[in-house]
Amino acid sequence: MDDGTLQLIDRAVNDQPQSTVTVLSSLLAIEDAIGYIPTEAVEAVAARMDATVNDVWAVATFYPNFRFEPPTDIRVEVCWGPSCHVMGATAVIAAAQESLGLSDEGDTPDGKATLHYNTCLGACAHAPVMAINHHLAGRITPDVARSRIAAALSSNPAH
Amino acid sequence: MTVQTESSFNAILEEARRRWDNLTAGDRPWIRVGTGLAGEAAGGFEVVAAVKAALEQHQVAANVSEVGTLGLCFAEPLLDVQTPGGPRVFYSQVTPELAERIVREHVAGGDPLAEHAIGYLGTQAQAPPGIPNLADHPMMALQQRIALRNAGNIDPSDLHQYIANGGYAALNKALTEITPEATLGEVRTSGLRGRGGAAFPAGIKWGFLAGNPDPNKYILCNCEEGDPGAFNDRGILESDPATVVEGITIAGYACNANRGYIFIRHGHNQPIDRTRAVIQQAYDLGLLGQNILGTDFSFDVEVALTGDSYVSGEETALMEAIEGKRSMPRYRPPFPAQVGVFGKPSNINNVKTLAYVPEIVARGGEWFAGIGTQPDPDNRINGSSGTAILCLSGDITYTGLIEVPLGMTLRQVLFDMAGGVPNGKTMKVLQTGGPLGGVLSASDANLDLVLDFDVFRAAGAILGSGGIIVADEDTCVVDLTRNLIAFCQYESCGKCFPCRMGMSHLLEVLERISNLEGTEEDLALMRNIGENMQAGSLCGHGQLGFNPVSSALRYFGHEFDAHIREKRHTGDCPDQVFSPRLTRR
Repeated sequence: MDDGTLQLIDRAVNDQPQSTVTVLSSLLAIEDAIGYIPTEAVEAVAARMDATVNDVWAVATFYPNFRFEPPTDIRVEVCWGPSCHVMGATAVIAAAQESLGLSDEGDTPDGKATLHYNTCLGACAHAPVMAINHHLAGRITPDVARSRIAAALSSNPAH
Repeated sequence: MTVQTESSFNAILEEARRRWDNLTAGDRPWIRVGTGLAGEAAGGFEVVAAVKAALEQHQVAANVSEVGTLGLCFAEPLLDVQTPGGPRVFYSQVTPELAERIVREHVAGGDPLAEHAIGYLGTQAQAPPGIPNLADHPMMALQQRIALRNAGNIDPSDLHQYIANGGYAALNKALTEITPEATLGEVRTSGLRGRGGAAFPAGIKWGFLAGNPDPNKYILCNCEEGDPGAFNDRGILESDPATVVEGITIAGYACNANRGYIFIRHGHNQPIDRTRAVIQQAYDLGLLGQNILGTDFSFDVEVALTGDSYVSGEETALMEAIEGKRSMPRYRPPFPAQVGVFGKPSNINNVKTLAYVPEIVARGGEWFAGIGTQPDPDNRINGSSGTAILCLSGDITYTGLIEVPLGMTLRQVLFDMAGGVPNGKTMKVLQTGGPLGGVLSASDANLDLVLDFDVFRAAGAILGSGGIIVADEDTCVVDLTRNLIAFCQYESCGKCFPCRMGMSHLLEVLERISNLEGTEEDLALMRNIGENMQAGSLCGHGQLGFNPVSSALRYFGHEFDAHIREKRHTGDCPDQVFSPRLTRR
């Protein structure tokens, strides 16, 4: 791991704005800073919170928003909660899978994009909802999902 | 610090009013754009950028604010223009191109674009030609906005705008005119019942905490809101977080508590950022912190974040998450009012519950108690005072966030206000109260249900969080029920095995039935699993987790029969069932 990332982890853990600092708040701060939770981050949180590495792993693995490998450039989230389901989320998910060449959630083989299923993105009135790199878009049809994902893929050239 | 004898509130109020007058009747127009989560999903941020670019391009001076949601989510992005001293003219489903035209013709040229306007808000005398009064729109006309009184009207990140519109008068009154006991008395008199789902009287709950002599006590505000189909808590925090910050402060005063947490799911940025902004301003103005408004009452509030976990919304799991742990429910007793967060006595209220508090204290508990349904002991109706804050989504003409007096019927809400099901289809299913709530048929009897906590419970549903998902005739109830149970399986925290195993098992059975491979025995098997979950689970997730199935069987048993006996689908079920699974390790 490079020094820059280690510095970002250190800053995320030690410069939290709120007064109540916990294992969970530290992990969320790291996720915001670098997009994933590497082993070094778990160790940094354990040291800061006077907890064991096991305690920190227990929290990190409980919440499905944490990932443990470096993030890809494009994070595609599709909601499958009941509002979105009623409005056609199943077809949107199928379209997203097809566009990304995936059969389930996860990273694409080229490491460029990630598909993540979300249980609620919070804009139910505009169901079905998807988000690309945390930017919400509502009333998504399979065609719109395909074109938005294609646009995101072409604006982020492969590594 | 010296304790002043007179409240410093008047000076704050004067400054707030000066700023507000300057915005609404100053020397330049005021443009407000909805950028809540629904606004964002509809493209609200692109509209804000287009407005700013057009102002620059046409060299027009105007104030631009991002507001939360007026509740007319179907119309987002919703943009309104108020020329100095004039009415607000609202434009719906605004695109960046239309935004540029609005700036050019209306803001700069003074001519409203009647053909694109959904309505105006202002006096009759101000009515612009050819534009209807937005207050007469079906989604607005029957509303009574108490908790949502400022939503869509003020910049949610500007505490002065909240104060100019009556904010903090209640806290000032409580601190300077009435005692903590009298403040608690007003909430008790109001009959306010908790809006998180259980509908427990808030005044009684506060009384448990007020009666505890511990010097360190906490008030927790729950905005976890993982309920799909419910977005009212986030809607309030992204539109008017200050009413919740004032409400939690008043709760602290009434219960003699000294610290508050507002608990929000990580990633929901508008509610988080806007709540943090007004908390900071409240500290700067002496409305939080030491010796609030110069009195001897001190109270601190901060935002606490959780990761993705629906069960975090359960009150003891919420305390675990605030402490930074895996959000799994605790055993009770001890109850939170004895041993809560960090081992200290705590009270937990939902966002909506606390959002009502300032108006209850300002106007008196009697006023609030006069709104809603009255007790009817013969029918085991305890009475539900105040309003219901409902989120309408799914197959419905007008989706959105509305606040209506309790006692209104579902028919009034779904047909008179929300315009029924679009495209000439028939309304079939009402899914209420979140994934642990009910799957009701849109029968005449159910549409005539009045919005009342006990009436809903008797019908096998929960009014609770206020989410109503409408589904039309094309929806297969077995498939919808499977989706709800898939959600419940995904979100089971795993602590109690009847819930952890039961949800997985139920989902297997429902997938089998969805795929037309179910057997007669499956119905009895599901009931057996449901009974075990209810008896053997620590929290509502497992205890209520069978509700979607039991209510679906009650109202749509024939659809399960069709799948099992006749091997046929009862709607446009997908070819392949989609049920993500998750085991929380």
